[in-house]
Amino acid sequence: MEKFTTLSGIAAPMPLVNIDTDMIIPKQFLKTIKRSGLGANLFDEMRFTLDGDEIPEFILNQPAYRAAQILVAGDNFGCGSSREHAPWAIADFGIRCVISTSFADIFYSNCFKNGILPIVLPEDQRDALMKDAEKGANARIEVDLEAQTVTSSDGEVFSFEVDTFKKHCLLNGLDDIGLTMEKAASIDTFEAQASAARPWV
Amino acid sequence: MSPKTLYDKIWDAHLAHEAEDGTCLLYIDRHLVHEVTSPQAFEGLRMAGRSVRAPDKTIAVPDHNVPTTLDRANAATMTEDSRVQVEALDKNAKDFGIHYYPVSDVRQGIVHIVGPEQGWTLPGMTVVCGDSHTATHGAFGALAHGIGTSEVEHVLATQTLIQKKSKNMKVEITGKLRPGVTAKDITLSVIGETGTAGGTGYVIEYCGEAIRDLSMEGRMTVCNMAIEGGARAGLIAPDEKTFAYCMGRPQAPKGAEWEAAVAYWKTLFTDEGAHFDKVVTIKGEDIAPVVTWGTSPEDVLPITATVPAAADFEGGKVGAAQRSLDYMDLTPGTPLSDIVIDTVFIGSCTNGRIEDLRAAAAILKGKKIAVSRAMVVPGSGLVRAQAEEEGLADIFKDAGFEWRLAGCSMCLAMNPDQLAPGERCAATSNRNFEGRQGRGGRTHLMSPQMAAAAAITGKLTDVREMM
Repeated sequence: MEKFTTLSGIAAPMPLVNIDTDMIIPKQFLKTIKRSGLGANLFDEMRFTLDGDEIPEFILNQPAYRAAQILVAGDNFGCGSSREHAPWAIADFGIRCVISTSFADIFYSNCFKNGILPIVLPEDQRDALMKDAEKGANARIEVDLEAQTVTSSDGEVFSFEVDTFKKHCLLNGLDDIGLTMEKAASIDTFEAQASAARPWV
Repeated sequence: MSPKTLYDKIWDAHLAHEAEDGTCLLYIDRHLVHEVTSPQAFEGLRMAGRSVRAPDKTIAVPDHNVPTTLDRANAATMTEDSRVQVEALDKNAKDFGIHYYPVSDVRQGIVHIVGPEQGWTLPGMTVVCGDSHTATHGAFGALAHGIGTSEVEHVLATQTLIQKKSKNMKVEITGKLRPGVTAKDITLSVIGETGTAGGTGYVIEYCGEAIRDLSMEGRMTVCNMAIEGGARAGLIAPDEKTFAYCMGRPQAPKGAEWEAAVAYWKTLFTDEGAHFDKVVTIKGEDIAPVVTWGTSPEDVLPITATVPAAADFEGGKVGAAQRSLDYMDLTPGTPLSDIVIDTVFIGSCTNGRIEDLRAAAAILKGKKIAVSRAMVVPGSGLVRAQAEEEGLADIFKDAGFEWRLAGCSMCLAMNPDQLAPGERCAATSNRNFEGRQGRGGRTHLMSPQMAAAAAITGKLTDVREMM
């Protein structure tokens, strides 16, 4: 997994609430058996017409935001299905950080497995960053995972919370399957005890 | 010992390891797998030279992508990419030695219907699947939730999941339901009350007389949509109905093991005085037959209401409501029962069980549809067979419904069962998101009874007028 340490980039404002995983990556793109290449279809139905032409009003089609690396989004981002194709598409497009007041549980967890940092901030701070993002390509937002801060283009600093273990994995690009396998002895012991207590399982 | 919730008890019984920072490894009893969210996980195992740690606890079935037309045995009915995905599951199931119900097996169906039907899902278990509607299995008092593909790979390799414990939330539905009100109306009404993020960070335990009174099928419908309320999982404490449902299922314990299991299952309830971080109470008698009007499952109103205006909402929801009204092509103030429907879809892991088909058939018996198309997609091959035996299939066919083979079908429209742009559908599924049932398609969620009523009149309809 790609590490996430610091990021300085253009932030695209998406104030819509409840942006769901069907919007992020519609189901017709879930037929792949690979993880790569989904960025071309990120937000497909909002971004392209039925004929495949770009919809110029859509935020990521606007010249200022085509190279956005951060999304500042409305409440409850990533609700809906468990499809990891959503973070795969976001990362493949080049976005490494999403800022909102809240995220759906499974999407939030999926982000950390794919080098994406989802940041939860209170509504007023998210709104301040939304305004900042609306300034366009000259306004770069900075994110520092180690320090757990987001800095607006005006130099205003906001602190965010992140789980210690998730932060450690993201900072170092760690594969958590390998980490869990180091605890195989604990799993073996648990499995033997559980199997004796509940043999029908 | 301090009193525990049902969630606390199941959590504690599956804690394989706890690190100093509170990160836990939760042991997984059942891992359900389908064709869409698993190929990358199996590929990851191959690349790392890893095997499936507990193949006997891993069960696979193709459902999302498979055609539901009667000619599906012919591979040509599948698009190339769908076929590749289903064949990948065939191969992965064989290579890794996991339980498998292929498309050709009568037991094939939607993973969340097959699991309980075969007795894989039992009280007190931990159940995961790369699908958000895994919450369904919570109806048995099993801790069940959806996971992403990286987590699918993690569970395949280690039979554990890295987790932090969620908070406890209680949703109590008191008293009795009124006639014409169903489990679907309960679960939609709860989401209407709490919003799609109201359960974020929580595991919900549903309780109260109205929940106790539900059948297992109804309880599965309620828990199925816990995810639409943002919760990690939904739970209902097991009782005699649960045990009766499980008894004799192919994978359920037998003999002395059954007795031991039931004795354990009877300990699975929330202790008196246990702490809930959030409590929502709704009177059963206050719940009406509901439909959704917008593009979020929280956009719920009684069928007797009118289409709201964006100005009725606050904050970010104002813009979202306007966007929904535009997408759904609805005018504020219109009675919901005036909305004309093109299509009816009965099926999905929310409402594709035998009881759902019975309820819809009871409304449809001797009637004809007034919509341009209507389909019933049974949740499994066994549900389909039972419905045929009970004469339900004939009622649907006589009314003008297509009688399909089992699969997820038009709930997520990955297969050819899709809405055309602008087509308006009365659906028993779980999501009314933009484009969910096909790009530009317009979805109204409701119970099977309400969908049947809409099929007969061609409009959203209060089913109580037909009872």
